[in-house]
Amino acid sequence: MSIIQIAILCGVSALAHVFINVKWRGWLLLGLNITAIYWLQPAMPIRWMDFWLPTLIIAMTVTVWAITARPEMRFTKNNWCAGLFAVLLIICVALTRFISDEGIITASRPPQFGAVLAGLFFIGLIVLTFGKFSNPSKGLLTLFIAGFILIFVFIKLPVLMLLTSKVLRMIVGQNPQTASTFDIRWLGYSYVVFRIIHTIRDRMTGRLPDISLQEFINYVIFYPSMPAGPIDRMERFLKDLRAPVTRSPDTFAIGAERIFSGLIKKFIIADSLAIFSLNAGNALQVNSIVWQWIIVYAYAIQIYMDFSGYTDLAIGMAYWLGVRLPENFNQPYTRANLTQFWNNWHMSLTQWFRGYYFNPLTRSMKSGKIKIPATVVVLVAQVSTMVLIGLWHGMTWNFLLWGLWHGMGMFIHNRWSDFTKPLTIKYEDRTMLKKGWSLFATFLTFQYVALGWVWFALPNLDSSIAVFKRLAGL
Amino acid sequence: MSEKARFIRNVIIKGLVMFLALNLSWPIFYKGSATLSLYNSVFPGRPRLPFGETPEKAYNLSLFNINAMMSSLELATTKASDEFRVVVIGDSSVWGTLLRPEETLTGQINRGDPATGDGKSIRAYNLGYPSMSLIKDMLLMDEALSYDPDLIIWMVTLESFPKKNQLEAPLAANNPERVSEMVQLRNIALDVSQLPGIGYWQNTLIGRRRELADILRLQLYGILWSATGIDQEYPAAYSAALRDLDADNSFGGLTGPDLQVSEMAFDVISAGVKRAQEINVPIIVINEPILISEGKNSNIRYNYYYPRWAYDRYREIMHDSAVINNWRYYDCWNLVPQGEFTNSAVHLSVTGESILAEEILRIIGMELD
Repeated sequence: MSIIQIAILCGVSALAHVFINVKWRGWLLLGLNITAIYWLQPAMPIRWMDFWLPTLIIAMTVTVWAITARPEMRFTKNNWCAGLFAVLLIICVALTRFISDEGIITASRPPQFGAVLAGLFFIGLIVLTFGKFSNPSKGLLTLFIAGFILIFVFIKLPVLMLLTSKVLRMIVGQNPQTASTFDIRWLGYSYVVFRIIHTIRDRMTGRLPDISLQEFINYVIFYPSMPAGPIDRMERFLKDLRAPVTRSPDTFAIGAERIFSGLIKKFIIADSLAIFSLNAGNALQVNSIVWQWIIVYAYAIQIYMDFSGYTDLAIGMAYWLGVRLPENFNQPYTRANLTQFWNNWHMSLTQWFRGYYFNPLTRSMKSGKIKIPATVVVLVAQVSTMVLIGLWHGMTWNFLLWGLWHGMGMFIHNRWSDFTKPLTIKYEDRTMLKKGWSLFATFLTFQYVALGWVWFALPNLDSSIAVFKRLAGL
Repeated sequence: MSEKARFIRNVIIKGLVMFLALNLSWPIFYKGSATLSLYNSVFPGRPRLPFGETPEKAYNLSLFNINAMMSSLELATTKASDEFRVVVIGDSSVWGTLLRPEETLTGQINRGDPATGDGKSIRAYNLGYPSMSLIKDMLLMDEALSYDPDLIIWMVTLESFPKKNQLEAPLAANNPERVSEMVQLRNIALDVSQLPGIGYWQNTLIGRRRELADILRLQLYGILWSATGIDQEYPAAYSAALRDLDADNSFGGLTGPDLQVSEMAFDVISAGVKRAQEINVPIIVINEPILISEGKNSNIRYNYYYPRWAYDRYREIMHDSAVINNWRYYDCWNLVPQGEFTNSAVHLSVTGESILAEEILRIIGMELD
């Protein structure tokens, strides 16, 4: 997001804070959220995709609501109104094609109006079909989860990204030969999928609270957290959404403080560090070991400032809208081991994986018919969780290795903790020794995480290995 | 209102008041001088002026604050007592498009650690800048004079002479006050009324935000410049300068047989020479080598830039002007064979620069004798 976009979103959030009231908050948010996903969707080289991808997100959201809501809750007046409101807004966005040859809300001119109407009719048909005739059976819900993951794979795995781009180009009448793996940039899809899978899984386990269509759309595509999280839990989000609006200088000040902090982190610190931090271009150009380490450290700080800056902005804006998004970072680089690091880095993501992957996996491995040693359970669960987190960033060898790096690191730390437990107990009351050890452990953890970013920041194995060699002075 | 809210409110109000005061008073205190620089202290000085259209790859960027640009150069260091300081000004051929710093003209002049007859070490500094305009060259020369040069070498070519090119050069267009002052002071026949004026609001902190951001970015790019020694993007391949030419004998809308001297900025050369001579700095004007094509229609044109009639006439005028005005002038137009030009009719290969560097060292030797 550009600083102009962020300034506009902050301005809108501040105005909403001033004028919002509980009666209309849901509708105001619905309007803002739907408009924002079209406005924030970056331009794409494939024609009309900057209109259709946000539309698809809304369609997916509504469909998931239709299959997860209790049948008797589906066709209420309030839900019909929310659905029609969403359709009207989409139509309004589409109508901007008659005002300008370029995009006004969307990045480029929306598609022909007839195509939009046909698309909306088709989406409506699907939603109504699922809404009318489906029960939230386990099989259907699992099928939906698989479908969303499959789409995720298609937009994250380079070979499938290329294929997707070619197919889309053919559909819209563009030359498929010019397709590239950079064609598809779908704003917020990975975060939307997390929220949707969370919803479906909670429906499967019977934990999903009743939620209206308006609330559900607001939850899934909440604009402050759409581009970069955090991933909120639905129950918590609903609690805030349904609570009376608190409008006071205090709430405004808290939101303003977070936004200010986010702006400094993102646009002053992170963007300055980005000029000289590790990337594919400079990785092998630096001419000394010292500089090689400096650019790796710069990347470590840059990625933290960038990401936590965005989180601060999201939390600040959401605060003005009456929603307290969860924290995502809590001084992760000051942690004394890798497990603590991951408990304080992108916390909403790790909590999601813990709740929907790690815990179910360890439970099933421990309660299975075959007795699996605890060490193996820890190894498999930690490594596979971290590999999945790696692949969520992009399906490349480097992200896989980054996941492995952290998974193995956490496993080794787990074993080390067990191994040194007697020593830890023995020296419990040696404060200075403990402090010194903690400082050393923090330093070591930071080095490990910083080195891990080499996999993350670079596009291929060769360049990563070359950088590791240079860091080692080889 | 809680204490925290009051604190944040006060911070916002005080911050806004301070920013407003600083913004409005900026034009009074800031006179465009930005000599504070991390170069030559934290980072090594750059061997050529900052220029780069793809900063993220070049670790360099184009900015227009001449003081900041000069402060980033290795020229901005104290001259050693045994140094014979030569400043070379000109266009992208001097700056060294596609060449690494040590491969440029000045890099190759310095390569063999040349010395003057009295044992001083000749050290050449690159003040070339990629755009063709004599007034831009003169702006840089004017600035360079404060760095105590012993000799100035001004590399010129016909494309730098048309008056319409003078003020279009970004460095000139973005320094209207300096250019206007220079034009008026030196009686140069250029219409500076087309240059935008700079009012109070353009001089405020907000008005100068781009310039200040560029100066900061220049300092930050110093890190990767230090770390890599790279200061321009080197493409894996480039389009070679045209050898087969169109059957077109026009130059800047003229078709000959004579160049309209009134439309050429020969007086800028006179003004530049005079300016250097005023403070007793010798100046040598050199007509830089051009690609002399042997391809299609080379009987009409020498290269993409020049039809034969225009270039031949230009050389005659330059020669005559040098004689009349007593300039130290050398014509190296045909010094470099056509195989040693890269992506333009004035950009030389490493070997081409080496040939030119040798010739310039010979000229310096002759002048010092």
